Amino acid sequence: MRFLINKIVLGLSILAALIGLVFLFWILIDLTIKGVGAIDWHIFSNDLVNNGLRNLLIGQFMLALTAVVIGVPIGMIAGIYLQEYSYGSKYAEFIRNLSDVMMSAPSIVIGVFVYAIVVNPVGHANGWAGSIALAIMMIPIVVRTTDDMLGLVPKELREAGIALGAPKYKVIFDIIIKAAKVGITTGILLAFARIAGETAPLLFTSGNSQFFTMNMNQEFPSLTVAIYNLATMPDENLVKIAWAGAFILTVFVLLINLLGRYVIREKK
Amino acid sequence: MKNVMEIKDFYFTYPKAPKPTLKNINLNIEENKITALIGPSGCGKSTLLRSLNRIQDLYPGNKYDGEILLKINDKMENILEYKKENKLIELRQRVGMIFQKPTPFPMSIFDNVAYGLKFAGIKSKSEIEGRVEKALQGAALWSEVKDRLKESALGMSGGQQQRLCIARAIAVEPEVLLFDEPTSALDPISTAAIEELVVELKERVSIAIVTHNMQQASRISDYTAFMYLGDLVEFGETEQIFLNPKEKQTEDYITGRFG
Ligand SMILES: Nc1ncnc2c1ncn2[C@@H]1O[C@H](COP(=O)(O)OP(=O)(O)OP(=O)(O)O)[C@@H](O)[C@H]1O
Ligand SMILES: [Mg+2]
Repeated sequence: MRFLINKIVLGLSILAALIGLVFLFWILIDLTIKGVGAIDWHIFSNDLVNNGLRNLLIGQFMLALTAVVIGVPIGMIAGIYLQEYSYGSKYAEFIRNLSDVMMSAPSIVIGVFVYAIVVNPVGHANGWAGSIALAIMMIPIVVRTTDDMLGLVPKELREAGIALGAPKYKVIFDIIIKAAKVGITTGILLAFARIAGETAPLLFTSGNSQFFTMNMNQEFPSLTVAIYNLATMPDENLVKIAWAGAFILTVFVLLINLLGRYVIREKK
Repeated sequence: MKNVMEIKDFYFTYPKAPKPTLKNINLNIEENKITALIGPSGCGKSTLLRSLNRIQDLYPGNKYDGEILLKINDKMENILEYKKENKLIELRQRVGMIFQKPTPFPMSIFDNVAYGLKFAGIKSKSEIEGRVEKALQGAALWSEVKDRLKESALGMSGGQQQRLCIARAIAVEPEVLLFDEPTSALDPISTAAIEELVVELKERVSIAIVTHNMQQASRISDYTAFMYLGDLVEFGETEQIFLNPKEKQTEDYITGRFG
């Protein structure tokens, strides 16, 4: 009897895994066929006005990079506070939980929130608002990884630094962060991969633009929002561009994820 | 006989602990001698040692009572009165510490040894280089590492790492060195090397060492303190403690009747 149940459970698990894999590969294959077919030199050298992706790729990268510049320091400082300075503080656990809840907040909610506090007062969508929304998505991930990775560094290493007459902040910045470097870097890479492909937080914040721009005070081009818009266009040519964009984005996010995993493996 | 540290009526209580972990400890650390702390697990050896450089202050909420005096410029100062971080930093420059597991920092061998120097106000590059070499020689490590000073310290063997930690500690020229079971994670050959080193070091520093190894205590120490359940049961010259203990508990412990 137990043997039979075992068989059934095993069979069901395999079936479930297969269904998941089938859809995953279906998407990937479809994306690759339609995406690769749509890629040519033209889309890299022209902006959206001329049926190209150049301004979108650069725009997406700028938005994500600015989000990293805003989000990583804030997240790391918060993580350092939680792990290194908050002994016995009642607020520490509260902040940890809050940060974890933030991690699973729907990205559209973050988009609407930033719309209310940044876009509305300014009066129009702009690049900064988009980056702020992405940074808000990133911060909890960075807080969590920094906190966890610093927690893995043995306390003897901190004590050894202090025992040599070093001030505590020096020990943290010279020794402890270095010891946790690989883990924290991986966390930041994965957080970057997570935000690089987001549409919802950008929809109401950075808007979109057909033209090449580096001015983050204006509406800002991004690949994800453009794919969202183009995909429903009647013009077949534009739909093709959307496929190319989707393919490039997927490959990019996949590569960062692989890089992150590779860094972890190298460490071990 | 001159004392570099004097512990007087000392009590220590961990945060939220109902009772003190150390009770009424009276003990002197003599200059240029090795004082061993022995006793069964949990009796408070590490706690006492860690009070001598106030390293436990890294975690808030500890309670100290009594006095721990340290000789500074021929005057005895009570280190338990230190409140500001820079006083504690000065204290740790005078009283160094080596831990049970080697604790190399994730940086080069050279940078490991030089790490404490910048906080001791030593800035000149040539002086730093001189001190690093001297410290590595003092830790009997120079000949092994002089050609790989730029390599990461994490690639060294456990015994080498522990000697690196000793070099790092003596580079800042402390007056006292505290060792908390420095050889319990090492193989016999590395252990012998560290023991030899500790004995050599007493020319320059005063030493307190916690050990579970009775042979080690009897081999290298001049004085031995036996602790039990937070009390200092017996303190005296090592020979006397091992050959002719006054207390029954001490005798039982060193003859291995309990532990
Ligand atoms: N951070 C702490 N908070 C509360 N109690 C502690 C703490 N560290 C140690 N203790 C307690 O204090 C007592 C003495 O511990 P200590 O580490 O000084 O013993 P020890 O003699 O060094 O033992 P061992 O030989 O096992 O290292 C033990 O009962 C231990 O449980
Ligand atoms: Mg101990």
